[in-house]
Amino acid sequence: MLAGGPGHLGLAEIARSLDLAKGTVHGILRTLQGVGFVEQDRSSGHYQLGAALLHLGTSYLDINELRSRSINWADPLAARSGEAVRIGTVLEGKVLVVHHVFRPDDTFQTLDIGTLLPLHATALGKVLLAYRTAPLPDLERFTHRTVTAPARLATDLAGVREAGWAADIEELTVGQAAVAAPIRGYGGLVVGAIGVSGLVERICDSHYRPHPRLVGYVRDAARAVSRDLGATR
Amino acid sequence: MTSPTERFVVAIDQGTTSTRCIVFDRRGQLVSLAQQEHKQYFPRPGWVEHDAAEIWRNVERLAPLALRRAGITLDQVAAVGIANQRETTVVWDRRTGVPVSRALVWQDTRTDALVTALRDAPGAAAVQERSALPLATYFSGPRLRWMLDHTPGLQERAERGEILFGTMETWLIWNLTGGKHYTDVTNASRTNLLDVHTLDWSPESLAFFGIPRAMLPEVKPSVGSFGTAVAAFAGVRIGGALGDQQAALFGQTCFTPGEAKCTYGTGSFLLLNTGTDLVRSDNGLLSTVAYQVEGSPAHYALEGSIAITGSLVQWFRDQLELIASAPEIETLARTVKDNGGCYIVPAFSGLYAPHWRSEARGVIVGLTSYITKGHLARAVLEATAWQTREVVDAMNVNSGLTLKTLKVDGGMTADNLLMQYVADVLDVPVVRPLASETVSLGAAYAAGLAVGYWPDLEDLRHNWHRAGQWLPAMDPALRTTEYANWRRAVERTFDWIQPAA
Ligand SMILES: Nc1ncnc2c1ncn2[C@@H]1O[C@H](COP(=O)(O)OP(=O)(O)OP(=O)(O)O)[C@@H](O)[C@H]1O
Ligand SMILES: [Mg+2]
Repeated sequence: MLAGGPGHLGLAEIARSLDLAKGTVHGILRTLQGVGFVEQDRSSGHYQLGAALLHLGTSYLDINELRSRSINWADPLAARSGEAVRIGTVLEGKVLVVHHVFRPDDTFQTLDIGTLLPLHATALGKVLLAYRTAPLPDLERFTHRTVTAPARLATDLAGVREAGWAADIEELTVGQAAVAAPIRGYGGLVVGAIGVSGLVERICDSHYRPHPRLVGYVRDAARAVSRDLGATR
Repeated sequence: MTSPTERFVVAIDQGTTSTRCIVFDRRGQLVSLAQQEHKQYFPRPGWVEHDAAEIWRNVERLAPLALRRAGITLDQVAAVGIANQRETTVVWDRRTGVPVSRALVWQDTRTDALVTALRDAPGAAAVQERSALPLATYFSGPRLRWMLDHTPGLQERAERGEILFGTMETWLIWNLTGGKHYTDVTNASRTNLLDVHTLDWSPESLAFFGIPRAMLPEVKPSVGSFGTAVAAFAGVRIGGALGDQQAALFGQTCFTPGEAKCTYGTGSFLLLNTGTDLVRSDNGLLSTVAYQVEGSPAHYALEGSIAITGSLVQWFRDQLELIASAPEIETLARTVKDNGGCYIVPAFSGLYAPHWRSEARGVIVGLTSYITKGHLARAVLEATAWQTREVVDAMNVNSGLTLKTLKVDGGMTADNLLMQYVADVLDVPVVRPLASETVSLGAAYAAGLAVGYWPDLEDLRHNWHRAGQWLPAMDPALRTTEYANWRRAVERTFDWIQPAA
């Protein structure tokens, strides 16, 4: 949870998301702290992953390392799909873009590494939400197709877990669509998402659904990165 | 994923720290990759060695692994190409195939005294003129001389033809083909022994070094025919071989005079295609063979070689242990907003282009109690950018062309902060193509061209696309003061190693 979240959490937040009593959680954290798996910030009192964990390999993955280790697979995805590729992780309730490959048509484009995108209105974000336990973010509306009802989003996310990929069809920007799949790290935990995005008429078929071929490319790339990161499945 | 009738080209990238085997498709896109590091031996300060037998074993292991990961079989491989760490020197027994000692790596400076002596020997100027290279510890000729001097009986055995010399591609081709003794012309151009105009070994230069012709491989065009493999890729033609930096130039499709790239790996190397003319430098750049297609004249390049860039990050990780992985240098650097007045000049094996100071050694300057490891991380990344600036300045003066964009590739291009900083200090856009393994791609292109998998150079250009671009955004006044600081830091590395009394 500390690994998947913003990086540091207070005792009360941790207790709430785990649905455990504060006293119980405190005991657990003290134990983890004792072996260096968790560290407590001296001033805020917040907890974060300890240095010892970094060497064990958990779902925590440095964002720059994620970019380095996926760059070789993001390029072929852009070449095969003909679309822009982005890789995202979660930062403070948003998708943080950690890698971006231009649409390979040599038109002027700008790198948007470091940009924050909404979780619920992007394919990358939906993948990231689908495999987390954190509370849903604020479901802001961007287009008439943005999913803003929590129940509907929960159903969608169950569908994402079922299918192993997510789509966003004009849910953030009219005329734009995207497909994404999970990147799994060591032990199979989801550490990020990789996806393509572009004009809705290129991403989707005549039924307004993402081209299966495109979905296949995205999932292949996600699996290739995951395998390199040591995910076994 | 792949169809059973589709054909592919495989590249072997035999690098300084690892060997990669990569399968490429017709688009020049990576289909699978297998990689393995090999051991680095540092027996004394300044000495760097590899075990050539270990490297060959790695190739044998990686070959089937790369094919399996691509889900293809040997009969789907149209050709194999080789790119290799340059100047690293291997000597082995012709009969047994066993290396007579460890390979001497390009970063090794043990030939320092030898090279100083050779520079004063009669004929030294002509050797440098013919090879278009200075006499320096960097190149393989002096290394071979050193081995002949320091291995009892080796000179005599070499004269009798019992001993073979090669750079890494020669060693791999010999093992792959079961005994063909070839080198490609780009690798040969890094020995001090080649005549860059005839593109063959110079008898006068061989006499100067006292190196018997019998131990040298046949010099071949980089795109051509190096025989058919009997091991690792049995039955597949080896169609291409290039030094890794020339391979990256080829992989970036810099086929026209004026086109340049910089590859950021262990070291960094800026190469500018100068066409079929050899351009000589009087300000610290090297003239080198860029590539030669069989039946066509060779293309040459001007090269700015920087010895230590990615390896400074590795030093930060492995020797200082301030980070756990190389990419974390960016995370650490982003914990501060600037270098805090600190500069690191990594003259670990002297300084290469444009200074060529073998007696220089590294410095960290500007230390105050304010400096944190975050500032040091910034200084590490900035060192790569400023070293690039120095070679770009030399290149602009030397070629009379002003670089308008810099094409980059290599492992360090994944570092977003670094690439932005390179754009900032050069004041030109920095562009990454849709392939960061361009060394391998260049080797694949060479091999694929040789067997007709790709029709011609023009066809390869269509595979090049812009994958990322960083635009300069630095205040010019800041650029000026930072560059001045960097240059003062560089001066402090000079004259550190004193000649033995
Ligand atoms: N994100 C990063 N930021 C900074 N440096 C990095 C990053 N990722 C890798 N590096 C550095 O880049 C180098 C690896 O790049 P690359 O894989 O291109 O080199 P290489 O081809 O293995 O080198 P060689 O051919 O000499 O073995 C290493 O020295 C490493 O320290
Ligand atoms: Mg390399």
